[in-house]
Amino acid sequence: MKSFEYAIPSSLEEASSLLAQSWGETEILAGGTDLVTSLKQQVTAPKRVVSLRNISSLKGITVQRQSVRIGAMTTLADLTANSAVKEHFPALVKAVQGIGSQQIISAGTVGGDLCQRPRCWYYRNGFGLFGKQGDTSLVLEGDNRYHAIFGNEGPAYFVSASSLGPALIALGATLKISGTKGKTREVAAREFFRTPKSESERETVLRPNEILFEITIPIRGLKNATYEVRHRQGLDWPYVTATVSFALKGGTASNASVVLGHVAPVPWPSAAASKALNGARIDASLAAKCGQAATEGAKPLSGNAYKLQLVKTAVKRAVLDAAAAA
Amino acid sequence: MATAKWPAIDKRTLIGKRIDRADGPVKAAGVARYSFDINRPGMLWAKLVVSPHARAELVSIDVSEAASMPGVKATWKDDSLLGKEVQYIGQIVAAVAAETEEIAQEAAGKVKAQYKPLAHQANDRDPTLSKDKPATRNTGNVDEAFAKADVKVEGEYGIPVITHCCLESHGQVAELRNDELHVWPSTQAVSSYADVSISDASGVPRNKIRVDCQYMGGGFGSKFNPGKWGVISSALAKQAGRPVKLMLDRDLELMIAGNRPSAFAKIKVGAMKDGTLTAMETEVWGTAGMGGGVPQQIPYVIDRIPNVRLTAKRIQTNRGPAAAWRAPNHPQSCFLTMSALADTAAALKMDELEFFLKAVQLSARAEVYSEELRIAADLIGYKQKAHLRGDPSGGSVKRGLGMSVHTWGGRGHPSECDVTINPDGSVEAKLGSQDLGTGNRTVIAIVVAETLGLPLEAVRIEIGRNAYPTSGGSGGSTTVGGVSTSSRFAATDALNALFAVVAPKMGVQPDALEANGGYIRQIDKPDNRISWRNACALLGVNSITKRGVNVPGESEKQGFISQGVGGVQMADVSVDIETGVATINEMVAVQDCGMIIDLKTAESQVYGSLIMGVAYALYEEAIYDLKTGRMLNADMEFYRLSGLKDVGKLKVHMMTSKAYDDRGIIGLGEPPVISPGAAIANAVANAVGVRVPHLPLTPDRVIAALQKGGII
Ligand SMILES: Cc1cc2nc3c(=O)[nH]c(=O)nc-3n(C[C@H](O)[C@H](O)[C@H](O)COP(=O)(O)OP(=O)(O)OC[C@H]3O[C@@H](n4cnc5c(N)ncnc54)[C@H](O)[C@@H]3O)c2cc1C
Repeated sequence: MKSFEYAIPSSLEEASSLLAQSWGETEILAGGTDLVTSLKQQVTAPKRVVSLRNISSLKGITVQRQSVRIGAMTTLADLTANSAVKEHFPALVKAVQGIGSQQIISAGTVGGDLCQRPRCWYYRNGFGLFGKQGDTSLVLEGDNRYHAIFGNEGPAYFVSASSLGPALIALGATLKISGTKGKTREVAAREFFRTPKSESERETVLRPNEILFEITIPIRGLKNATYEVRHRQGLDWPYVTATVSFALKGGTASNASVVLGHVAPVPWPSAAASKALNGARIDASLAAKCGQAATEGAKPLSGNAYKLQLVKTAVKRAVLDAAAAA
Repeated sequence: MATAKWPAIDKRTLIGKRIDRADGPVKAAGVARYSFDINRPGMLWAKLVVSPHARAELVSIDVSEAASMPGVKATWKDDSLLGKEVQYIGQIVAAVAAETEEIAQEAAGKVKAQYKPLAHQANDRDPTLSKDKPATRNTGNVDEAFAKADVKVEGEYGIPVITHCCLESHGQVAELRNDELHVWPSTQAVSSYADVSISDASGVPRNKIRVDCQYMGGGFGSKFNPGKWGVISSALAKQAGRPVKLMLDRDLELMIAGNRPSAFAKIKVGAMKDGTLTAMETEVWGTAGMGGGVPQQIPYVIDRIPNVRLTAKRIQTNRGPAAAWRAPNHPQSCFLTMSALADTAAALKMDELEFFLKAVQLSARAEVYSEELRIAADLIGYKQKAHLRGDPSGGSVKRGLGMSVHTWGGRGHPSECDVTINPDGSVEAKLGSQDLGTGNRTVIAIVVAETLGLPLEAVRIEIGRNAYPTSGGSGGSTTVGGVSTSSRFAATDALNALFAVVAPKMGVQPDALEANGGYIRQIDKPDNRISWRNACALLGVNSITKRGVNVPGESEKQGFISQGVGGVQMADVSVDIETGVATINEMVAVQDCGMIIDLKTAESQVYGSLIMGVAYALYEEAIYDLKTGRMLNADMEFYRLSGLKDVGKLKVHMMTSKAYDDRGIIGLGEPPVISPGAAIANAVANAVGVRVPHLPLTPDRVIAALQKGGII
C-alpha cells in the first residue's frame, strides 16, 4: 500500500469537491472490502482516499408506497434485513446472501457492490484492466475460465463482479448520482454499467468526481428470483447468475426481464430470454426454452464454454423459482 | 517397580480416552501467540524483493535508494545470484527492514534489480516436455498379461499442483541479544532448526541460537528448515542490531513456500471377468518445479498385481519449488491408482465394494483392508445406497458412492525427554518437540500423567524450545510414537527414583509399589499408601529429573512403537448434472494407527484430513499462466479451500481392538489425507456415470466430462 491522504467529508458536495477529475488520482472508500485489497495489491495507488462514512444521508432504507429507496452506504446486511426488501425483492436478497461471508455482508455496502472493480486475475495481478502484456491479451491466450462469454469483443474480457447489478436491472431500479456543486442526475440501473474501451475508463457511467448516493426500486408486484451457480457454499464468487422478474396473471408472464451476471463485462440483459417469457405460460418446458434462449449470441473464449450450460440452467431455475414464489 | 511397558487396556485411566486438547482454550480465545504475534521491543519489519520473471538472468541489484529511505534500517541482497538465473516468479533476490511494515513495503519497491529475461516453461500437462530419461519399472510379462486379459481398461487422470497454503505463513522473528540469536520461527522442527544457514547469516554459533515456537499455524511438511526467509531475517537483525520480523505475505506464501507436485497419467489395467487384476501399465508425468520428481507408487497399495510396467517423466517448470506435503507422493499415487481401478470395476459392471474387497487381496495387509472396507461400508450405508456406475434415478441431482484405500509408515522418531518430579509434587516434562496443532502437548501430558498415576492437570508440558532435550521434527507421522515413548521412559524412571525414596518409609521394597489415582501404594496391599504430595515431600530439597530416550529401532523391537497402517475411506456425493456442482453428503474414514493415546485428538487428525481432502478434491489448484509463468490465484479468493458448509457429514472410525492396540504406537498425521481425492472422484464417477478425469472436480470439468460422455 502506498501512502495517501485520507479525507472524511460530512456532505456529498464536500466529498465531490475532494475527488479528482481523472480516475486513479483519488478513490472513494465505502466499506473498503474491495478497495483496501486493491490498495494493498497496488492495483490502485491514489493520492487521496475519500471516505463516505460520515455522510449520514447515505445510510438507510426508506420504504414508500410505490418504491423503496436505499442509501448507497447501506450495508448489505441491513439491506437483507429490511422487511419490505424481503417481501418485494427476493431476487435481491438471494443475490446478497450468495456472497456467503458475514464479514463482507456486514461491512460491504450497496454502492460498493455496484461500483466494485472486476476480479479478473490478470487485472488483479498487475496486467491492467484488460490483462495485456504489450499487445497480447493474456486473457485470450491464457486462462479465461472465469471470463466473459457475452460482450467480449475486447479489449474487456472480464466479468462484472456485482451480484446486485443484475438484480437491480431486472427490478427496474434507478440510481441517483451526485456531482460537483450539488448537481445530481439519475440513470436507470440498466444504463449504469458500461464496458470500458480504454484503460482510462471504468465500468460504470460515473465520472471520477461523481458519487452514487441512492438506489430506488419500484414496487411493481413482479415475481422475481435469482439463481446462482456456486460451487463453494461459503465466501466465494458465482460462476454464473440469473435474475428474472415478470408479472404473472393467470399463469401467463408479461413485462419480463432476464438479466445474467458473471457472463459479460456488464450485467447482461437477455432480450431473447425476456421475449421467450412474455406472453407465455410458465412451466418447466417454457423455463428450459427460456434458458436456451438466454445463450443466444454467446461467444465463449477458449476455456469457458461450460458457462453456456450454466446460463441455461440458471435462467431455467430462476424462472421456475420466481413463478413458484408466493 | 514401574515398568515402561504400555499398561494393559483395562488398566488405563487416560491413554486411549477422548481427551480435549490442552491448548484448545488459549487458541479459541486468541491468547496463543504464533510467530506472527511476536513483537519485540524496537522490532523492525522486513519485506522481500522478488523476481517478476519466470526465468531471467539477474544482472544487478541496487539497494542504495531503498537503503537511504528514512526508516529503513537494513538491506540484504543475494549477490550469489548475480549473473545466474532466477527460475521462477517470486524467487527472492533482496530484502529490506524498516521501522514499519508500510515503509518496508515501499522501500522494497525501490530496490532496483535488473534482469535479462529468458524463455521460460511453466506447462506441466504435456509429457513430451520432459527432458529427463524416464524412470521405468517392469515386473512380470505385461504384454502377455494384457493379451490374456478379459478386459483392458484405459484412462487418463490428473491431479494438479496444490500449495500448502499454511494459514500461518512461513517466517520468523529474529533478535540478536548478548551474543545469542533468538528466533521465533513457525517451524515443524524445533530441535534441528538452528542450522548452519542461520548461524552463518547471523554470525552466531549454532549452540547459541535459541529457538522458540510455542504455537504454529500449519506446516504440512513445508516448515522444517529456516528457509531463505529465516536466513534473511537473521542477517537483517544482525545488520540492524534490532529484532526483525519477516513473515511471508499471502501471495508469496502460495507462490514460493512449497507445493505438492502434480501427477498426470495414462493408465491401462488388465483384468479377468471375475475382477482378478492381472496387469497395469502406467505412464506418469508431472512437475515439482525445477527440482524434485514424479510420484511413482503405482499401483498403490494394490501393489501385488503380477504384471506391472511404469514409465515416469519429470517435467521441469519455472514455478515455485515443491516441498513435502502431507504423505509425499501418496495422494497422487493413490488418486491415479484408485481411479483406474474403479474404472475397471465399472467396465466389468461389478459392484465396487466387491471389486475392492478382491483387489486388496493383492496388498500387504489384505485382512486389515478387508475388515476396514466392511466397516466403512456399514457406516456409509453402502448396501442401501450402492448402485453400479451411473445413478439410475431421474432428476438432475445424481448421487454416488466411491472408495479408496491407503497406507503409511509412521514409526516414531528419535526423541529425548526430561521428566522432573519436584518436592512440592509438581511435575514437568521438557522436550524439544513442537505442537503443529496436532495435539502433541496433550499426548505428552496424557502419557506422563498416566505413568505417574496423576490427573492431567498435574503435569506441565514444556515444548517448543531447542534448549530442551532433542526431539525429532514433526514430519511423516513420526511425532506421536517418538514423544510418547521418550516421555514414558522418562516418567517411568523418575517414578522409580521416587519409589526408591518412598519405599523405606512404607516398609516395602520399591518394586512392590505402584502409582495410582494420586497415591503411591503397595500393589498387593493398596491400603498401604501415601499421597503423591506427601511422597514428593520426602524428596527434601532435591528434585528428580530423568531422561527418556526413544531409539526407534529398539522401541519397535520391544513393542512400544511400530509402523505401517491401513485406512479405507468412502465418499457419498451429489452431483447436479445441469450445473456440474459436486457436493459432499458424507465422508467415512476408517483408520488404524496402532495404540491410540488420545482418541479425540486422533479423530481430530482424521477430521482435519478429510476437510483438507475435500478441498483438494473439489476446489484446490495452483493455476499458472503459461505465457507469463505467473501463478494467477496466489490469494485465498480463487485459491479455494473448503469451508465448513462444504465438507458434508464426516464420520471417523478408529480401529481400536486389542490386535491393533498390541502393535504399539503408530503415527497418524499423513494416512487419512491420502484417500479423499480418490474416494470423492470415484463417488462422482459412480454418480454421473462417467469419469471426471482431473482434480479438482469443479463445475467446468464436470460439465466437460458430462458433455463428452453424452450425459448432457
Ligand atoms: C472472496 C469474495 C467473494 C465475494 N463474492 C461476491 C459475490 O458473490 N457477489 C458480489 O456482488 N460481491 C462479492 N464480493 C464483493 C463484495 O460484495 C464487495 O467487496 C463489496 O460489496 C464492496 O462494498 P464496499 O462497501 O466494501 O466497497 P469498497 O471496497 O469501499 O468500494 C468498492 C469500489 O466502489 C467504489 N465506491 C464505493 N462506494 C461508492 C459510491 N457510493 N459511489 C461511487 N463509487 C463507490 C470504490 O471507490 C471502490 O472502487 C466478494 C468479495 C470477496 C472478497
